[in-house]
Amino acid sequence: MLDQCFALLWIIGKIICVLVPVIVCVALLTLLERKVIGAMQVRVGPNRNGIAGSLQPICDVLKLLAKELIIPSKASRYLFIIAPVLALAPALAAWAVIPFTNDWVIANVNAGILVVFAMTSLGIYGIIIAGWSSNSKYAFLGALRSVAQVVSYEIAMGFTFVGVLLAAGSMNLREIVLHQSGGIWHWYFLPLFPLFVVYWISAVAETNRAPFDIAEGESEIVAGFHVEYSGIMFGIFFLAEYANMILVSALAALLFMGGWLSPFAGIPYLDHWFSWVPSVLWLVLKMSFFIFLYFWMRATFPRYRYDQIMQLGWKCLIPVALVWIVLVAVAVQMGWIFH
Amino acid sequence: MAPLPIPDILFVIASVALITSAVLVVTIRNPVRSVLSLVLCFLFTTILWLLLQAEFLSLVLIFVYIGAVMTLFMFVVMMMHVDKRMLSEKFVSYLPLGVGLLVVFVGLIVYALHHHNFTKAAYVMPHFPANYHNTESLGAVLYTHYVLAFEMASVILLVALLAAISLVFQGRQSGKSQCVDKQIQAKKKDRLVVIDMKSEAP
Amino acid sequence: MTVDTLMNFVPITPELFLLVMACTTLLLAAFVRPNSQACYFLSQLSLILTAVLVVHTFFVSDQGMTVTAFHDMFVFDYLAMLLKVTAIVVVFFSLLYSRSYNADRPMSQHEYHVLALLSTLGMMLLISAHGLLTMYLGLELFSLPLYAMVAMRRDSFRSVEAGMKYFVISAVGSGLLLYGFSFLFGVTGSLTLTDIAHHIAGAYASHDALLLIALVFSVAGIAFKLGVVPFQMWVPDVYDGAPTSATLFVAAAPKLAAFALMFRLLTHAMSALQAEWQVLLIVIAVLSMLLGNFSALVQTSIKRLFAYSSIAHMGYMLLGLIAGTSLGYTAALFYVISYAIMTAAGFGVILLMNRQGVDINELDDLKGLSTRSPWLAFIMLLVMFSMAGVPPLLGFIAKVQLLEALVQVHLIWLVVVTLLMSVVGVFYYLRIVQRMYFEEPVTEEKIHYRLDTGVGISLNGLLMLFLGIFPDALYVLATHAISG
Repeated sequence: MLDQCFALLWIIGKIICVLVPVIVCVALLTLLERKVIGAMQVRVGPNRNGIAGSLQPICDVLKLLAKELIIPSKASRYLFIIAPVLALAPALAAWAVIPFTNDWVIANVNAGILVVFAMTSLGIYGIIIAGWSSNSKYAFLGALRSVAQVVSYEIAMGFTFVGVLLAAGSMNLREIVLHQSGGIWHWYFLPLFPLFVVYWISAVAETNRAPFDIAEGESEIVAGFHVEYSGIMFGIFFLAEYANMILVSALAALLFMGGWLSPFAGIPYLDHWFSWVPSVLWLVLKMSFFIFLYFWMRATFPRYRYDQIMQLGWKCLIPVALVWIVLVAVAVQMGWIFH
Repeated sequence: MAPLPIPDILFVIASVALITSAVLVVTIRNPVRSVLSLVLCFLFTTILWLLLQAEFLSLVLIFVYIGAVMTLFMFVVMMMHVDKRMLSEKFVSYLPLGVGLLVVFVGLIVYALHHHNFTKAAYVMPHFPANYHNTESLGAVLYTHYVLAFEMASVILLVALLAAISLVFQGRQSGKSQCVDKQIQAKKKDRLVVIDMKSEAP
Repeated sequence: MTVDTLMNFVPITPELFLLVMACTTLLLAAFVRPNSQACYFLSQLSLILTAVLVVHTFFVSDQGMTVTAFHDMFVFDYLAMLLKVTAIVVVFFSLLYSRSYNADRPMSQHEYHVLALLSTLGMMLLISAHGLLTMYLGLELFSLPLYAMVAMRRDSFRSVEAGMKYFVISAVGSGLLLYGFSFLFGVTGSLTLTDIAHHIAGAYASHDALLLIALVFSVAGIAFKLGVVPFQMWVPDVYDGAPTSATLFVAAAPKLAAFALMFRLLTHAMSALQAEWQVLLIVIAVLSMLLGNFSALVQTSIKRLFAYSSIAHMGYMLLGLIAGTSLGYTAALFYVISYAIMTAAGFGVILLMNRQGVDINELDDLKGLSTRSPWLAFIMLLVMFSMAGVPPLLGFIAKVQLLEALVQVHLIWLVVVTLLMSVVGVFYYLRIVQRMYFEEPVTEEKIHYRLDTGVGISLNGLLMLFLGIFPDALYVLATHAISG
């Protein structure tokens, strides 16, 4: 009994070690996003609080915490309150199987990639329930849009996972990364390039970020599914969205960019010079690149129209992914690559 | 102190919750909440399956049923206009029949399942080593032993797709886009009818 | 002699071919104009080729032996060969008669043909199914397209309603069947009929009530699909509401597949429970004959009349299984094949009478058919006489065999009931004949039909006469199929 308690505490400790950095990252990202997009659009961005606006996230959180929580009188009360939690919980739960280095992982499960996929697909319930329980037209429209979008892009995303696990021969994220060891040319983004592109596009769509942010669509339906939320409940949605972004970026790094592996492995001299870098730093760098890509896309592309999103998902991404899976399967079976 | 039998505790919690949410699916009047209860049902089923170490099936249940099928279901149900009054009327009038059938079914099964089917010895939790690959073994069976059934199921899905489209698809509609040819070819006589009529006092 | 290999794809060649052709037709449908007939011709061609392939595979590749494949989940024997060929031929005729009917109505014709092909594929797989899993999947595969075909007339509310009813009620039936199968699997721990039969034969001494539950639910599920009392309520509504072409499709070929399902499940897997299922089937058969015949008496719609008569006929067919001898099984097989032929011809005539904008549905629409089209009236006369069991037509021989089988097992009271019900049946069949020949037509308009459909319906009608006079041809096949 006592050792069970210790085991539980140990697990909780590990969870805290993962989640606290994630949440801190979210806070920093909100600032970084505004700065990066500001720079891209030749603006200054937040610069009032702290040095160059560095205290802005803390101010934001304090403001959200201090605001009144408003529950619309016609809303389904309990569902309305539980929706933000449902959005956040899967986004954080999926971190359990993400390996940060060769042995830094909370749960090294066989079907790690499936766990992540299952968790990201659960996240949609927060949006649906928020949209429905608010009893508001805009929220409802936002929820409907987001359901259609997420269900469509989940298929394409699932196919890219299939391609990766065909290549790696395993669903364990750690083994997938280890399969890519041996140098940058062994990373899967090269042989699986179409799948990599499909993954990234559907990942952006899955997280409802620009240019696929029709679920929020502030110029059409105010703020979409969370239009009725205020204060920290809105803040939790915000947190969930950013946690999902980081998760998806981490997954992109793990599946296609060799995770914590050094990009200089196998290259003479460079390999040696960079051997002091802790492997987790490589993963963080790769994740940062993908997160930067998020901001870049948001600053660059206008929002897709609903039918264009459907067209892109069903008529472009899914066929591409399917064809490439067949090719990968043939290549693996014939033993051409991915031994 | 003896270690807690955690799998057993989880089993009891998940099963009780599963049955409760299954009952709620039927008894809740609001269709959206009913669907949500069904989602909960699936969720507790995945816990039960995880206890049986069927991790592939339980995860697939999450992302196929909960993540895709039920969200689409939800999509439809949310847009459906249900007259709740009518629902409750029907509910009451069919209640005796429903209860009767329930009694008959449960009675039959209780009669048929003798107590010896319920001993704990009959149900042993499987225990596989940690390196046991559920997915791999499932795939191996699915593509050899049950390949015919597997392919038949895929044809059924094709039929469902085809049937749904053929019932709903009304032919290609051009939407709101302009057809320049038609606009150019339009003549005055196609659009305009001049009627002779007497002038009237306002 | 049985040959079993794991991945033996030879016995399933016809099914694979049909699947490929169905997909080809589907692709073709995407590229041709809506009123093009290309899909129709391609489907008919695929059906003919599939039938040839069935015969070829059985006699040449398998050398006339019973072959099981896919771990005993699939069996290709004489019975399967016979039923598959019959089902394909009946589907061929159904599509032939439906062609102009469908073209004149707002239905997705291309999809109709693809769905018909896929449904036929389902029937073939069900006919060959030798495991619970393949049985259930085959059943779903052949019924799923039917729901869509029934609901396909978008302009008609009744069609959509019928499709919905059919779908929901069939889902209940499937549920019962699956429930029964799950018990069967739970008790025996196996999915293949051979293993289940072994297990039941061994374990029966303990008189397991679970087996009885499995039996009851499976029979109930199949009864749903066959449309017999007490699960017949969908039949009249679906027959009536569906477009007549879909009614023909639902009415004829699926009965063959459902027969195969019932026959294999009851006599192969559960032969040790014969005494139990006999009682069940007797109740079902007697009630079906009573309800079917007496309700048919008061119908004013042709389709509803056919619906109730189909309930009665399925009741007759069950008599053969009740007898429980190979003579009885042969008679049941013979009966179900003759019923499919007769139904195809009957609905064929009705379909040919339809024109654009005119739906033939009432009995009065048949008035004076003999003056409007003597040949069609004659074929309808053959159908009616055959269904009523008048010599020398096919229906007569089929019924005589059933009664003979019953007499052999000393179920005389059942024979008496059957005879009485047949007399009731004669009454409403003759009422149709009387309308066709002895009443003034409502319109004098002649009935025009295409030459190929005319040839088809003539062949179909004369086949009833031919097989009635020379039943040996079919009888030998049926005997062979049952005795293996």
